[in-house]
Amino acid sequence: MAITLTVNGQTHTVDVEPDTPLLWVLRDTLGLTGTKFGCGIAACGACTVHLDGRAVRTCTLPVSAVEGMPITTIEGLAQDGRLHEVQQAWIDHQVPQCGYCQSGMIMAVSALLARRPDPSDEQIDATITNICRCGTFVRVRRAIHAVAEGGNEEERHA
Amino acid sequence: MRKWTRRAFIGAGSLVGGGFVLGVAGVAFAPGRHGVVSTDAIDKGELTSWITVTPDNFVTILVPHCEMGQGSQTGLAMMAAEEMEAEWERVRIEEAPALDAYANAYMLRAFTGESMPAPLGRAIDYGAYRLARWFGTQATGGSLAVRGTGYGMRIAGAAAREMLLAAAAERFGVPPAECAAARSHVAHAPTTQRASFGELARVAAAKPVPSNPALKDPETYTIRRTAKPRFDIPPKVDGGVGYGIDFTLPGMLHAAVDIAPVQGGRLVSVDPAPAKAMPGVQEVVELEEAVAVVADSFWRARKALAALEPAYDDAGHGDVSSASIFAAFDEALGAAPEMPAEAARVVTADYRVPFLAHATMEPMACTVRVEGERAEVWAGTQDPLNARSAAASALDFDTDQIHLTNLMLGGGYGRRLPFCFDYVDLAARIAQAMSPAPVKLVWSRENDIQHDYYRPAAMCRYAGALDADGRPLAVGAHYAGGGDRESLFMPYAIPDQRFDARNAPHHVREGAWRSVLNSQHGFFKESFIDELAHAAGRDPYAFRRDLMDEHPRFRAALDRVAEMAGWGGPLPAGEGRGIAIAESFGSIVAQVAHVAVSPAGRLRVRNVHAAVDCGDVVNTDSAAAQIEGGVVFGLSAALVGAITIGEGRVVESNFGDHRMIRMADAPNVEVEFIRSGERLGGLGEPGVPPVAPAVTNAIFAATGIRVRDLPIENQDLSRA
Repeated sequence: MAITLTVNGQTHTVDVEPDTPLLWVLRDTLGLTGTKFGCGIAACGACTVHLDGRAVRTCTLPVSAVEGMPITTIEGLAQDGRLHEVQQAWIDHQVPQCGYCQSGMIMAVSALLARRPDPSDEQIDATITNICRCGTFVRVRRAIHAVAEGGNEEERHA
Repeated sequence: MRKWTRRAFIGAGSLVGGGFVLGVAGVAFAPGRHGVVSTDAIDKGELTSWITVTPDNFVTILVPHCEMGQGSQTGLAMMAAEEMEAEWERVRIEEAPALDAYANAYMLRAFTGESMPAPLGRAIDYGAYRLARWFGTQATGGSLAVRGTGYGMRIAGAAAREMLLAAAAERFGVPPAECAAARSHVAHAPTTQRASFGELARVAAAKPVPSNPALKDPETYTIRRTAKPRFDIPPKVDGGVGYGIDFTLPGMLHAAVDIAPVQGGRLVSVDPAPAKAMPGVQEVVELEEAVAVVADSFWRARKALAALEPAYDDAGHGDVSSASIFAAFDEALGAAPEMPAEAARVVTADYRVPFLAHATMEPMACTVRVEGERAEVWAGTQDPLNARSAAASALDFDTDQIHLTNLMLGGGYGRRLPFCFDYVDLAARIAQAMSPAPVKLVWSRENDIQHDYYRPAAMCRYAGALDADGRPLAVGAHYAGGGDRESLFMPYAIPDQRFDARNAPHHVREGAWRSVLNSQHGFFKESFIDELAHAAGRDPYAFRRDLMDEHPRFRAALDRVAEMAGWGGPLPAGEGRGIAIAESFGSIVAQVAHVAVSPAGRLRVRNVHAAVDCGDVVNTDSAAAQIEGGVVFGLSAALVGAITIGEGRVVESNFGDHRMIRMADAPNVEVEFIRSGERLGGLGEPGVPPVAPAVTNAIFAATGIRVRDLPIENQDLSRA
């Protein structure tokens, strides 16, 4: 079945079964392997992308449910060759270790910060429920707060 | 002619001395021709096996370890660049390919605890190298990259520097001793002559290889002991890095697999028809212990696999459960070790820890193409040479019929070590059935949780004796589930120690899990010493430190962490601090955990402080990251980690029932390093062992409840 998807601003028509999870269409059909497979039951968050600006887990999301909706993957997060502030903070704070979960982590965090520019620790705990086995949580939290503070500073100087 | 002779010598050196001396750079650029040095090596400016200098004045360092996120590639490059006096901003790295010439003999030396060989001339250690080749070892594990291979990197860097100095002296017409290297240039101050490494590379490559290059005084380090950004991080924030699971080839097929649920079980029957009728399915491959569906996409393969109803036997293990395994441990342990008759007080305690899965975030994945007498393999492994052997064995090929490309690992923690390459083995057999089409096998999370090489379950029965003044006279334990000298070691002056291994075999497949046996015994011994302290009516920190007269490094780490954590400071009711210390992989790590337990029994680990003596620190920031990660990894296991056996198989199947901690349960972690100047210790693993006992000791301080069985969540911590 032909399904039209809008991914990172580009339109693609893919011929897949409608129940195929968006994850596998992104990875195997469109070659966007930055979005990761971790569990297949939407428990770990490695497959997180933005759907209309919201963070969603794609390993259980049928592709037919997102036809025509704007999808952003980790590959589309940088704009005009400039890293998103969350990506830059991830480098500045040396967050990733093995890095496998970090695409999903970055997508979840960037969606949170778009909605709440200065989240409390409780809001972070409740929203960022991705699993990282290397144990980078200490730095994830540090980097989120750094982005929030940087943002506030820019606003103050604006 | 002279050049060729020298390169030939270096070629021989690569066979004799392995990948850590000279000349194998030629091999790196001519895979499949190992032992043969490329004739254009000098034109390329290759100076040593690990170091290339190009005319643009960039230094490329070949690193014979994979990157799992520990930062050891960056650390190793820092060690070479420091000795070479390279400008850090002009250093790049490459990972060594899977060739025999890179078998890391140093790793075996570090394992056997021998001292490192003296510089270059004597570093050609035939015996160790042959042993390494025999094992096919090119492994990254045992927290060994920096402390083992690092020495070779320093020698290579120092040799390169001396050759560059010799080249500069010739060019400037001055004695080499008057030249100095700094920031990728050599300068002669009296004549103000200066040349870049890149300008000198070609001449330097033809200079004699120094047999005994001088290493820098650590007090003059400018690169080491600082925080350098890791090379591997930028491509990890934009989806650009390719892990094993991301690999793809034109015309590649995808495989999903179902494996006999009981280890050792065999496939009895399967009707392939339901899968074959589904779209995109190419083949149903029946293997001895598994069935695979091969299709034109992974999702189609996975869906078709779910339509099958394979039947397996249970290899006679169908009545084994965690309960039966622990009952067998209990029986094997027998009575607690006898304590001396003069004891004023004897304390005994049993401790239990479950099996644990590695659960790397990247599920096992491997791509194989078998074409006639050759096969190519692409996978993320902690040991490409042993993985290649696994593929060879699966295909009944010789290893030189196989080319393996190691890809980025989405987590290792011991899961991708030698003799754990079932995923490579399965992928090879499936690809053989589909030859010549390339096949990528991707494991489901269920495959991964149920077919790991688990951290062994273990049980330990401790006894300890105190004299009338509360001083320990004796301590001992019977233990089942493994133990060794390092993991059993206590840094305490207790004169009479009685440890005895007991055997209670079972069929559950086991392997090395981050910190290996220290993950169990760190919990056992540091819980028991805490129990002895409380039995003696002593403060657990003071009790430990009083027994450390002979181990000043341990005492210094304990003192440092106590200071960091504000040990002894007042806390609200329901909160407590616990202390623990353990040495593993050459590093001593002391930790204090601060916990809060609500009256209803809800546990929150607020802070973990860690003081680490790993001799010296190469990259300060990534060293801290390794300890932070080790604390979280160990804490996840302590709080909620368990693999349970029922009817011979693993009960848990995915992150729904095999849980991991997340942001909400991760404490603040503070790390400080003690620069003792002792031999370098590892950092990937030593953060793990102290955390479980630090937390359970803190729970005892907060509540009076002693947790002796992990995970902690199984114990009711509520107070009436």
